Amino acid sequence: MPAAKAQAIFHGLMLVDADPTADAAALERITLWALGQYSPVVAVDAPDGIVMDTEGADHLQGGEPLMVTGIANRFRAKKLSARVAIADTWGAAHACARATRDETVIVPIGETVRAVERLPLAMLRLSPKIVGDLHTLGFKTIGELSATPRAPLALRFGPEIGRRLDQMFGRIREPIDPIRTPDLIEVSRVFGEPIGAAETIDKYVGYLIIRLVAELQRQGLGVRRTDLIVGKVDGTRQAVRAGTAKPSRDIAWLKKLFRDKRETIEPGFGIEKLTLVAVRTEPLEEVQKASALVDEDLPDITPLIDILGNRGQRVYRVAPVASDVPERSVARIAATSEIATETWVHHWPRPVRLLAKPDRIDAIALMPDYPPASITWRGRKMKVMRADGPERVFGEWWRRDGELDAVRDYFIVEGEGGERLWIFRRGDGVDPATGSREWFVHGIFA
Amino acid sequence: MVYGDANLVISELRERIQHLEGPSSRRKKVLPFGVPDIDDRLPGGGLAYGALHEFAGGGAGTVDGAVAALFAAGVAARTRGQIVWCLARPDLFFPALAQAGLHPSRVIFVESANEDDVIANMEECLGYGGVGAVVGELVRLPMTKSRRLQLAAEKTGTMGLVVRRWRRQTEANDFGQPTAATTRWRVSVAPSVELPVPGVGRAQWFLELMRVKAGECAEYFVGACDAKGRINLSTRSADRPYQAGRSIYSR
Repeated sequence: MPAAKAQAIFHGLMLVDADPTADAAALERITLWALGQYSPVVAVDAPDGIVMDTEGADHLQGGEPLMVTGIANRFRAKKLSARVAIADTWGAAHACARATRDETVIVPIGETVRAVERLPLAMLRLSPKIVGDLHTLGFKTIGELSATPRAPLALRFGPEIGRRLDQMFGRIREPIDPIRTPDLIEVSRVFGEPIGAAETIDKYVGYLIIRLVAELQRQGLGVRRTDLIVGKVDGTRQAVRAGTAKPSRDIAWLKKLFRDKRETIEPGFGIEKLTLVAVRTEPLEEVQKASALVDEDLPDITPLIDILGNRGQRVYRVAPVASDVPERSVARIAATSEIATETWVHHWPRPVRLLAKPDRIDAIALMPDYPPASITWRGRKMKVMRADGPERVFGEWWRRDGELDAVRDYFIVEGEGGERLWIFRRGDGVDPATGSREWFVHGIFA
Repeated sequence: MVYGDANLVISELRERIQHLEGPSSRRKKVLPFGVPDIDDRLPGGGLAYGALHEFAGGGAGTVDGAVAALFAAGVAARTRGQIVWCLARPDLFFPALAQAGLHPSRVIFVESANEDDVIANMEECLGYGGVGAVVGELVRLPMTKSRRLQLAAEKTGTMGLVVRRWRRQTEANDFGQPTAATTRWRVSVAPSVELPVPGVGRAQWFLELMRVKAGECAEYFVGACDAKGRINLSTRSADRPYQAGRSIYSR
């Protein structure tokens, strides 16, 4: 659309000249950030995209769906709108991300053809001239083009169309050349004769780690995230990523992390190049350890946290939150965060198991503030022998307006066999505005 | 000690066998309950470090595992160092464990998507050493897996605690299958201490020692963990005759 026409349609339109060099620089900055954040193999997909090989890296973000929504949310927080797509090939992901209206798309494995056949030709990464000529010939979608015999097309337009189609459907490989900066610490080793045995890989990774650590030592850095990039004879690359919870320069420790990951490396026809990159580094100063007079220190278990974290397990601590609502009184914090000294202050016993969603029960109780005489939970009737309560919890109006009047009355009830439950009633039993007077089980005592 | 009054020949033989077995069978450290009646039944006078201990619930506790978890937390609270708690179903409410003396800064949770990962994580943590105790919540504990855990625990001297909880109450007869755990316990809820006023008193448990290596089974009525994670023997069994025999849940 010409600028004059746009100005005519929209009153007071602000016009800014395009600045391709600044855009490219910004895109490169984002790409470098993504390299440290999401995947070892990240590159600029010029002019307006980033391509990442996330295979084997998504579990660190909690799986593919969580990863793509996470990426979209990160960008939205910076007031940028991003389209995120995951597909089997670079070409397919490129097309899906640009063609879709949704914020995130995940194309299941092996469904590439179905996902892209209806997309327009412009998504095929061809030059505008070829796309224009193809339109003139009557082609509209990628599906139509891929169903046409190749020979006449190649005669008319050259090999470009066939190559792009094959790349999109994964018939020829399209390795991503990862972005690098000069200040990234990188060591590599090229093999004259391809290697493949597990022990050999271990040995050379060990050598690389020693060289990397020596370089880190010189610069006073510790590594938080290390990538091992395995270049194979057939031109493919595989990346293995190991993270540590605190900056580290421990050779034995890094060796152990990569030894755990070794079984994921597929040597194929042989490995001809191993590259070790310290993707994220943090300053690590030498600290003088004072010898303790009284008691030996407890051993540091950060390495254990690293092992479990690299396996894709969720590792966390819990910390108290100042809230009377049981669901909100516990927060998950990072396992390596500062040790807090505070704990929960409760004068009433708390249940060991808390149901994720309170379970509706039938109760016979004298209103307004007596505990039930009997309850029926999951089809089983329980006669209440002893009970304690009520413990009144008020809604937190500063979090949600709807909780202004809300009240829960908690009771501890004990059955004939000694089974103890934590139950509550919505509302104070007098004023219907405070709650519906329904009864729920919320926890199980020991 | 159990063998305190054994005759001289046997103790001499035992010494010779220990000598043959080498340093692996050196005297182990134990964590006493501080309840003489229970400690006397356990070899060494308490729960052994460097060993696997198994806790299961009874009745509805087989599914929710609440009592077993709190009992394990009480044991873990009395050890020294960090505790790793491996689980697949995150429904633990930590304030209750804090009331049993386990400070939140001491516990690291490791949450996995499936059961096999929980066992693998437990093995890794037990083999790492340097943690006070490793707690795992498991549905299935086959013999081979339990032996691996036991060996990993023996190697580093870390205490392994397994909380068994099943998906259905009928699956709980799986607890009858043998495992390599050094001690196996079943803890079930019992009516709380009677108070002179309306209200719920201190919780009480029926504690069964189902199996112990080099020891005999026993059962007790105990008062639940206090603020330091200790249990005490309840006077209740004296108040009310309890029929000798097996557990009410094992029939």
